[in-house]
Amino acid sequence: MHPFLLAVIGGVLIGISAVLLMTLSGRIAGISGIVGGLLPPAPAPDRSWRLAFILGLVAAPAGLRVLTGDALIGPPTAGIPALVAAGLLVGIGTALGSGCTSGHGICGVSRLSSRSIVAVLVFIATGMVTVFVTRHLIGA
Amino acid sequence: MTVRGILAGLMTGFLFGLGLCLSGMTSPAVVQGFLDIGGAWNPALVFVMAGGVAVTFLGYHFLVPKSRPLWGSAYVLPAATRIDTPLLAGAAIFGVGWGLAGYCPGPAVVSLASGRPSVFVFVLSMAAGMILVRWMRGPSRASMAPRAAEDNI
Repeated sequence: MHPFLLAVIGGVLIGISAVLLMTLSGRIAGISGIVGGLLPPAPAPDRSWRLAFILGLVAAPAGLRVLTGDALIGPPTAGIPALVAAGLLVGIGTALGSGCTSGHGICGVSRLSSRSIVAVLVFIATGMVTVFVTRHLIGA
Repeated sequence: MTVRGILAGLMTGFLFGLGLCLSGMTSPAVVQGFLDIGGAWNPALVFVMAGGVAVTFLGYHFLVPKSRPLWGSAYVLPAATRIDTPLLAGAAIFGVGWGLAGYCPGPAVVSLASGRPSVFVFVLSMAAGMILVRWMRGPSRASMAPRAAEDNI
């Protein structure tokens, strides 16, 4: 199947997940928020559904492997130092900015939240600048 | 709510993970390809966002119960409405990390299933960054507020 068709199908599944979580539990399917609520200091009181969601996320590739024979997880492109730096920036940025690609990008945009729409435009812009600088200015 | 909450979490987490894998978002090369407007641009992420937002927008507006969630007492939604400095600075910082590694939080957590040590390094660093901000901000500010009825989900 063409990658773009798979991308739409994957997006639709993500959307169904977000609608289902709001319908059943009244929650935003934002991964950084779900993970953040498990972390110190002062973890959220409602940790069980957060852990369950993360368990579901991590189990998905195994399910996919059973169905199709391939978990479809690509290898990292960055070395360890870059992954440490990137991880810290993603953690700091999503905690400070109250969301990531899922919470702002899918759920917030669908709620027509002006905060989320602005956040998405900003992180796509700085992401593009970062890739331009690392690939075309510094990188080979 | 707890058992049903756990069931809802498992189901939706699994679906979300399937979507991320199928869509190519668990491949950092695909994500960085979308951000690489100066090179061989890969629009895959646009298709993911389009599919995801179309379904979520329609579902949020026409499917989600108006009074309260089926298995819960209230909707828990972001309290903030103003576009402020933490939002802008946070989004900008997140984007730099996203571009550097090609991972945002969802795909990174899903990719833990590959067992690659480097993915664990990323996720642990991400958790450290989140803890740092939560620790500096202190316990006072609640970012999410329960709402009895969704005025505007």
